[in-house]
Order: sequence, then C-alpha cells, then structure tokens
Amino acid sequence: MNKRNLTAAEMSLLNCHNCGLLSKKMDHVRVLLRCPRCGTQLHRRKPRSIPQTWALLVAAYMMYIPANLLPIMTTTHLGHVQSDTIISGVIYLLVSGSWPLALIIFIASVFVPVLKLFILTYLVLSVQLKSQWRPVDRTRLYRITETIGRWSMVDIYVVTLMVALVNIEGLADVEAGPGAIAFGAVVILTMFAAMVFDPRLIWDNIRHTHE
Amino acid sequence: MSQHLSLIACHECDLLYKIDCSSRQGIAKCQRCGAVLVRHERHKLEQTLALTITGLMLFIVANAFPILSMRFEEQITETILFTGVKRLYDQGMWPLAILVFLTSIAFPFLRLMALLYVFLPIKFNRTPWKMAVIFRLVYSFRPWSMIEVFMLGILVSIVKLTAIAAIIPGLALWSFAVLIFVLAATATSLDPDLVWDRLDKQA
Repeated sequence: MNKRNLTAAEMSLLNCHNCGLLSKKMDHVRVLLRCPRCGTQLHRRKPRSIPQTWALLVAAYMMYIPANLLPIMTTTHLGHVQSDTIISGVIYLLVSGSWPLALIIFIASVFVPVLKLFILTYLVLSVQLKSQWRPVDRTRLYRITETIGRWSMVDIYVVTLMVALVNIEGLADVEAGPGAIAFGAVVILTMFAAMVFDPRLIWDNIRHTHE
Repeated sequence: MSQHLSLIACHECDLLYKIDCSSRQGIAKCQRCGAVLVRHERHKLEQTLALTITGLMLFIVANAFPILSMRFEEQITETILFTGVKRLYDQGMWPLAILVFLTSIAFPFLRLMALLYVFLPIKFNRTPWKMAVIFRLVYSFRPWSMIEVFMLGILVSIVKLTAIAAIIPGLALWSFAVLIFVLAATATSLDPDLVWDRLDKQA
C-alpha cells in the first residue's frame, strides 16, 4: 500500500461478507446487488446496523432484570424447597466452600453479560457521537464481545443437567425456573446485537491521518 | 455489475489490500485494526474431511451414551444429552428446551453435516448443489454451536452434585471432551478459498 490507505467504500467497492469478493458498485443501479460469485446480498455496511443494535440492546437490558430477580432453579430435597437466583446460586457456592466454581459461574453469568451490554452500548454511542478515540482498541473490544458472549450459556447448561439428573421420586427433584428463560434471552439478544453491529462504522468516522 | 479484482477488503475496518496470490501460505493481518485477512495453509482438504468425519462419529457417541450417572440413596439415575432437553420441555420450559437443543445438538450436528456436504464432493472434484448457501451456514452456525460451553457446564454440574451424591462420568463425557478439540481443529484447518476458487472456476 502506498501513499494513503483507501477503504473499499471510498473506492465504491462492496465487500461480500460471505466470500470476500469485491464488487464494483454502480451508482445508477438501484436494485439489490448480489455477489456474482456466491449469490450473497451485498451491502456497503450492514443495513440499519445502529438502530438494530440499539433495539436488541434495549431488549437485553429489559430481560436482564427478570433474569436476575426470578429463580433460575428450584430444588426440592426431602420436602425442603429452595429457589435459587443467579446471584444466590453464586453466594451458595461461595459459602459452601467451592470458590473456584463460584468464580466460574460469577464470571459467566454476571460479569460477562454485564460487560457485553456495556461494551456494545459504548460502541454504538461512540459511533453515533463520531468518536475519534482509539479505533484499534474499540475494534478489539468488539472482537472480545463476539468471543465471550456464548460462555454465558454455562449456567443454562448446568440447570439442564441438574434437571436431568436430580429426578428421584420423593427424594430430590430440580425444576428450571422462569429466570433461566429470561437469562437465556439476554444471552441470545446480546449475541444478535454483536452480530448486527458493524465494526467498520467505527472506522468510517476516523479522519485520515498520515501514518 | 462487477469485476474480479486482486484486492481484498478488511471485514472489520474496510481497508483495501492488494493480495499476492502466488504465496499461498501463512496468515495476513490488517495493519490498521489487526483482523485476520487471509489464512492460507497447504493441503488442508483431506485434513478438514478427516476431522469432520471424526467429529460426526464422536458426536453420535456423545449423544447416544450417558453423560453422567448419579448414585443417590441406592438409586441410580443417568442422563444422556437429550434427557435434559426432554425434562425441560416436560416442565413447561419449552423456550429453554429449544435453546439447549439447538445450541448443544442441532447446530453442532448441522455444522458438521454442512462441512461434509461441501468438502466431500470437492475432494472428488465435484460441486455440490447450492454449495455457497450451505457453506454460508457453516459460518452462521459457528457462534451458536456451543459444545465447549456445554462441557464447562458438565464440569460445573459434576462438582455441584458430588456434594450430595456419587457421580459416575459416562462415555459421552469423554466423547464431548475429545469433540471440543476435534471441532477446534476442524475450524482452523478449514480453507474457505477451496470453496470460492471452485465457484470461480465454474464461472
């Protein structure tokens, strides 16, 4: 690359998000463009990225409340009934002495979802406010949210396995609670939010400087 | 409408690069944002296929045999992967049942099948029907196939349950453990250019 680095958009080129083929964009063509190689719909940027990310984020914030207030699991053990929310589950593990487990569940179920919601909110705001601040690090933050999000599912799987295993007539029984559904919704919504957000928008705002 | 160029654009920051197609080995990263632009490795088709078939076999074992057995007051309960899904459904937690079914059974399986569907014909120099569409699914399913997260869930459950009962790991547990590494190796051995070059040749 010599002189100034150009982006595909500046050259009116469309990058196929599926196969990576660049196509020349004709300004007078108003129809939907498809990649000539693999047939995927072509867009300069992901369409309506910012409003869609906002919608999914707001929905995720809303689901986050019942996810933490409602029980994710109800255990019946010899007639004794105990309901656990995400936090009370973590505290129970901590008190019962298995702090490594408490740490795993805390990171996966509390820390990661909150971190993801905050990072994505910050990224969307930074794009809307045309921030010039550290685009490399903001792209890195985006990559982090893409990778860590799925690990929040751990608690859902633990509930599933407890439900499947602890099922002994009259002795012990575990039932999944509505909080688990809300929590699953938070995980899914934030994963979709990360998918519809287009990291190239971060770079579209950066004024060109000579490197 | 379009013309083929020896240029590629970074999918994370849109910067253009001229790529030298003669050196088809190694990894190229974007200088501006650090995203991986291209990853080329030699003779990966056979490896991808072998890993995919291994993955499918492990997947079958992981689903057909018990993951864990629990002995509690002289009673033994054991669970295969699907038991959990079914019990959630029976408790009226169908959204959760669907979520667990999709992320731990359906998507990992469909991903492996899609890989086999695309790469087996390529090995025999044929182009499968709707190759580009099916191959796109491989990428769409990737974040939703959560075998390794499920494995962590199994480990957490074991530690939680050993407090109240004796836990016996089943055959599926070991299959899951190996499957994680096989799936990761499949993902790194995958060379998408095998698919796109094939489409180029056809055109």
